[in-house]
Amino acid sequence: MNRQVIDKPYKRLWKNIKKDRYLLVLVAPVIIYYFIFNYIPMYGAIIAFKDFSPGDSILFSKWVGLKWFREFFRSVYFGRLISNTFILSGLSLIFSFPVPIIFALLLNEVKRKHLKRVVQTVSYLPHFISLVVMVGIMSNFLSPSDGIINNFLRRLGMEPINFMGEPAWFRPLYIGSGIWQSFGWNSIIYMAALTSIDPQLYEAARIDGCNRWQEMRHITIPGLMPTAIMLLILALGNLMNVGFEKIILMYSPATYNVADVISTYVYRRGILSAQYSFGAAVGLFNSIINFILLITVNKISRRYTQIGLW
Amino acid sequence: MVASKSIGSRIWDRVIEALLILISITTLYPFIYIISMSISSPDAVLAQEVWLLPKGFSLGSYNIVFENQEIWRSYGNTLWYTVVGTTINVVFTLMGAYALSRKEFFARDAVMIYIAITMFFSGGLIPTFILVNSLGLYNTRWAMVIPGAISAWNLIIARTYFQTSIPDSLPESAKIDGCTDIGIFIKIILPLSVPIVAVLIIFYAVGHWNAWFNALLYLSDSSLHPLQLFLRKILLMNSPDMLQEGMEDAFERLAYTIQLKYSSIVVATLPIICVYPFVQKHFVKGVMLGAIKE
Repeated sequence: MNRQVIDKPYKRLWKNIKKDRYLLVLVAPVIIYYFIFNYIPMYGAIIAFKDFSPGDSILFSKWVGLKWFREFFRSVYFGRLISNTFILSGLSLIFSFPVPIIFALLLNEVKRKHLKRVVQTVSYLPHFISLVVMVGIMSNFLSPSDGIINNFLRRLGMEPINFMGEPAWFRPLYIGSGIWQSFGWNSIIYMAALTSIDPQLYEAARIDGCNRWQEMRHITIPGLMPTAIMLLILALGNLMNVGFEKIILMYSPATYNVADVISTYVYRRGILSAQYSFGAAVGLFNSIINFILLITVNKISRRYTQIGLW
Repeated sequence: MVASKSIGSRIWDRVIEALLILISITTLYPFIYIISMSISSPDAVLAQEVWLLPKGFSLGSYNIVFENQEIWRSYGNTLWYTVVGTTINVVFTLMGAYALSRKEFFARDAVMIYIAITMFFSGGLIPTFILVNSLGLYNTRWAMVIPGAISAWNLIIARTYFQTSIPDSLPESAKIDGCTDIGIFIKIILPLSVPIVAVLIIFYAVGHWNAWFNALLYLSDSSLHPLQLFLRKILLMNSPDMLQEGMEDAFERLAYTIQLKYSSIVVATLPIICVYPFVQKHFVKGVMLGAIKE
């Protein structure tokens, strides 16, 4: 291979480019796309330290240091936004994370192939429903005037509840609908992990007189652990990125108290009120916290379980 | 060895099966209820008599939905976004994924890192919004298909497919025969890639069909709005009356106000539900490919 020939670096690079020119043509759109739509906005994030208003140039607008960050930290909403973000995503994680695992374990115990396939097919279905339709279904079912849930409550002689407008109901509804929509889909990856467990382990266990419960405890669950830990790291590293598209569809000023998170606030202040620099600063703050979380979680996991993203 | 199973174990089997059936029913119930509500007679809907199966029969609300010009227009827009968007997505994703799957490609690792960085860092909502505006995409159809043209996740899935199911010797021998890499990709690789093309088409197409947030950000002109944004108005901003201009009778209005929401959900979701059984296994394959660790 002539790549082994020791050359001046730029000459080698040129040789490589010539050798792989057609592969470079194939990959060029990808490189250009990420440059424009990911790397330029990363540069654009410097407006968080500038006084940028619509129509200005990013490069020439005035530097203002940490002004917008200070404004955010001092704002009356700061505490509420931070705690809402952590509570909503934390609770979501606690309640949603185990469901697909339990579901996969249950499916794994089913011996009738046909039933298993039907249940799986049904469970994936909600994943394909759009968020708009999902939240639309929820708000119609829960409508205090004509929703089926309140009809039922009325039949029981109870007062109708305005679920969507009631702050106390926001978190249960957000989390519950999330579970409904994703438990089946998220179980696929665990089902895949289950098929890769060595069947000899089960045979050996049976010879040793293990019952099904012991098999599950000592073979199946340990077999799922690496996958579960990987997904947990990913989820924890994404803690600050709550499903804000869904929140925007679900919340209203009546529920801002519990529903307003950092990313929805960025949307309202940054886009709706066109305060670009302030919005970018809050967004950047969110990303930084998120990144610190990801690194920390990965480090802890590497230390105690030897499993990590890198 | 069914015969050797203990009674306890068999009871356990039945309990699990019953539980799973219960879960399936809970998952399916909303779908059945929505369809029933949309085809029941308006009287039954207004009297709140529908619980599971339709009461009476009427397609009146569908008539109203289909007579509405705006819903047709948004349907057409969504079709455009889905077809054009998916085409762009799939072509660029396949091209890039194939190049990045070739072991001898000198820039492979560098480009992979370049892409991986974007999975953990982003400029954020506001800088992206400013960029899309300054590119002149605001209020154009392209705002729905160009930002988001390539998903790093799907790119990695496609690359994994090429790496695991196409033997290295194939492109190598074609190269010796004088084929260029582009020729190899089009003539040899693509015909072997039907499963991954199917996975990519489905992943991207469902994403476009269900997308609404970019439209909210970038499309102020309602004649460009996709179906989902139109649905949002009807379902969540409580303006189904936009569907019932000219309806005089107050009773009729009230009945249809409720029913129209359900029939528009059906109209918007039916294409996905109809295609779903046929493509379901491809989806599953895609998730499995994504799960293969390097």
